[in-house]
Amino acid sequence: MSATGATLAGPPPAGAGLASAPARGTTLTGTWALVRFILRRDRVRLVLWIVGITLLVLSTAASIEGLYPTQADLDKAAQTANDNAALIALNAPSYALDTLGGQAVFNVGSFGYVVMALMGMFLVGRHTRADEESERTELLRATVLGRNAPVTAVLVVAAGAFTVLGGLITLSMLSQDLPAAGSVLYGAAMGAFGLLFACVTAVTVQVTEHNRTALGFAGVVLAASYLLRAVGDVGDGTLSWASPMGWAQAARPYAGERWWTLLLLAAAAIVCVAVAFSLLGVRDLGGGLMPPRPGPPVASAALVGSPLGLPFRLQRAGVAAWTVGLGLAGVSYGSVGQDVHDLIGNNSAFEDIIAQGGGSLTDAFFRTALLMMALIAGGFAISSTLRLRSEETGGRAEPVLAAALGRTRWVTSYVAVALAGSLALMLAAGLGMGLTYGVAVGDVGGQVGSLVGAAVAFVPALWVLVGVTLVLFGFAPRATAAAWAALAACFVIGLFAELFDLPGWVVDLSPFQHVPAMPAQGFALGPVLALTAVAAGLIAAGVLGFRRRDAGY
Amino acid sequence: MTNAIEVSDLVKTFGRTRALDGLDLSVATGEVHGFLGPNGAGKSTTIRVLLGLLRADSGRAVMLDGDPWNDAVPLHRRLAYVPGEVNLWPNLTGGEVIDLIGRLRGGLDRRWRDELLQRFELDPTKKGRTYSKGNRQKVALVAALAADAELLILDEPTSGLDPLMGAVFQDTIRELTQGGRTVLLSSHILAEVEALCDRVSIIRLGRTVESGTLAEMRHLTRTSIAVETERPVDGLTSLPGVHHPHVDGTRARFDVDTARLDGVLKFVTDLGVRSLTSQPPTLEELFLRHYGDELAELEGRPSPDGSATDGPAANAGVGR
Repeated sequence: MSATGATLAGPPPAGAGLASAPARGTTLTGTWALVRFILRRDRVRLVLWIVGITLLVLSTAASIEGLYPTQADLDKAAQTANDNAALIALNAPSYALDTLGGQAVFNVGSFGYVVMALMGMFLVGRHTRADEESERTELLRATVLGRNAPVTAVLVVAAGAFTVLGGLITLSMLSQDLPAAGSVLYGAAMGAFGLLFACVTAVTVQVTEHNRTALGFAGVVLAASYLLRAVGDVGDGTLSWASPMGWAQAARPYAGERWWTLLLLAAAAIVCVAVAFSLLGVRDLGGGLMPPRPGPPVASAALVGSPLGLPFRLQRAGVAAWTVGLGLAGVSYGSVGQDVHDLIGNNSAFEDIIAQGGGSLTDAFFRTALLMMALIAGGFAISSTLRLRSEETGGRAEPVLAAALGRTRWVTSYVAVALAGSLALMLAAGLGMGLTYGVAVGDVGGQVGSLVGAAVAFVPALWVLVGVTLVLFGFAPRATAAAWAALAACFVIGLFAELFDLPGWVVDLSPFQHVPAMPAQGFALGPVLALTAVAAGLIAAGVLGFRRRDAGY
Repeated sequence: MTNAIEVSDLVKTFGRTRALDGLDLSVATGEVHGFLGPNGAGKSTTIRVLLGLLRADSGRAVMLDGDPWNDAVPLHRRLAYVPGEVNLWPNLTGGEVIDLIGRLRGGLDRRWRDELLQRFELDPTKKGRTYSKGNRQKVALVAALAADAELLILDEPTSGLDPLMGAVFQDTIRELTQGGRTVLLSSHILAEVEALCDRVSIIRLGRTVESGTLAEMRHLTRTSIAVETERPVDGLTSLPGVHHPHVDGTRARFDVDTARLDGVLKFVTDLGVRSLTSQPPTLEELFLRHYGDELAELEGRPSPDGSATDGPAANAGVGR
């Protein structure tokens, strides 16, 4: 087109660029360029994950010594925990709890592994299926880029990130003067577990066409490995060997290190990568393993009958999956309840706790288990509400709002699904728990009633999360991701308040702390009404905010 | 009130960006109004203000005698809209989306809907994610055209459609407007605007620069003429309204202001015409002239007379 300088610069002759590059392109061509690209896109995000998890581990490890200043304290704590099936089911198997290192690992517990896995899952999903779904991958794959390059690149980044994070975890432990071998092993086990779930996600993103669904599948694997080890650790430990989280915890840092269990994690990761590559070889870009099927040519009455039709249709699969998942979690916890029940008789160290809690140890266990499940259900409450934002930014809200549907009705229809879904989730959790525990103790009717009641008592707290998310959506739509920070804060308050010795007013910020402690204590109408009123106020404010602002940006 | 849309002095800012900067637009009831402008001129922003999706900072906007922001719901019952970029729900079929939008607007005529599906050769059983860009566009078009709306707001409705479907679209729009419907058509396909529109508004940088019927606007433009005469062409350059003359003995090529066409032609015929070809001004030239001027202004130099129509700047203007 243009002539520059003294000599005419024309287009290069066709094929000139190929002369130096032999026809040797592999399925991995372009991986390094993508690695740099991913690091560029995620430089802030990755640092936040790494710093956040390091701080979690460091602050937990640092708080142990203050909690148990003498060996006598440690011995007492160890004796308490060793027999406490509830704590073991929730946290981790009890190894060397009479040492500072053992206590630190126990207190970070399964929660630490779950967070590591989440980091790997989100990282891989974001750079594989999410890009493919939005057709960005198409742009890249049309260049000189091998078929396996995108997955390989993100796994290379994941491996690097988990190496750094594992190293920082080791340094955190070492900074508390904990033994070197255990510290290195703990960092390695945490990092390896995160990397394994990055690889698991590399498989699930090949199976479905949607990133959301792919992350859901990986989440099911994670939940299963958590529950298997919970049941296994409380029982004879056999089931724990069926769980990747069990393998990581079986490495036993500070308690007679067993390095070889890391090989199980590595082997599983390699199998996942091999499966991912072979699936990539047989599927189409943008497609999953199932061919798309034709759907109905006309809309059903349920879809168009009311404003609720669309949000329900969009989320019915998600609500169903969450409900089944929490129901299964309830079933697992309920089945462990029997073991907790049996332990009460021969455990003297627990009498204090029982006295403090004002109920039986089983009740205290169920209360904690329900809190865990309610916090997890908080993830549904927020993501379901954020559907409003993704509809808006995805340009799909525009044609709906350009029809004769007012903004209030549009917003409230999505909020209704989030509110009702939260209720369904907790009902399923309470029902699953009540059924299995009721069968075990021979009192199905009574246990179902009491545990469903206790589970549903958490629903107003979930509604408050919906309200918080909606206020962000109404007034600060670009900052809606802050809702996840709110949930993370609720997690930390709910699980680590005592350990970190958080001040009372901070603990009170979490709506979950105001839920009546059923079944140990009776139902209290006051807090439930107060939480519901706060939720209603927040939702009303969010709707008003959205009515006033520009839509679609 | 005879105007379906009446917008005056509309201002909308996004942070420091002034997307609309005193825009005026009036669309008479029953007309097809072309809405033209380069990318980023503010067409979609204007449409979103009219739909009550964005709130204008200042200025007046009246649509179907209502306020687009406050009366959004009742107004939307009377209008149908095709967005510039169509995003569908990945797991809903095209048929479901058409019914959903139709129902949200207050119902649609099923026979007319099925007729439109046939005309546009659209398979309603496919899921949103499996449609091509053109087919996604068709889903939005059928959803809008199937509605019994007084006002159609179409934001580049045929982008992604093949020429055959473009023709189907034009036929359908003509059919619909015979029933007295009003259409606001934002488009980059100038032939389509020329074929359909009664009046045209051209905007740039958030401001209206030209508005009127195509005939009025053609009046402002130039006709290109190439002529061969018996006697040498002398004195052409001094005639008013003649631009870019290239005279070579008995042959000449030049542009002439359409308003001065008569006088120039008389001069030429006096020389004895052997052959004459003329090219009428197209909307494209009109468009290029306005956008060319804009580029010249942006570069901070005065726009030399006529240079905008054939300079490199004007060529850059069509680059999409």
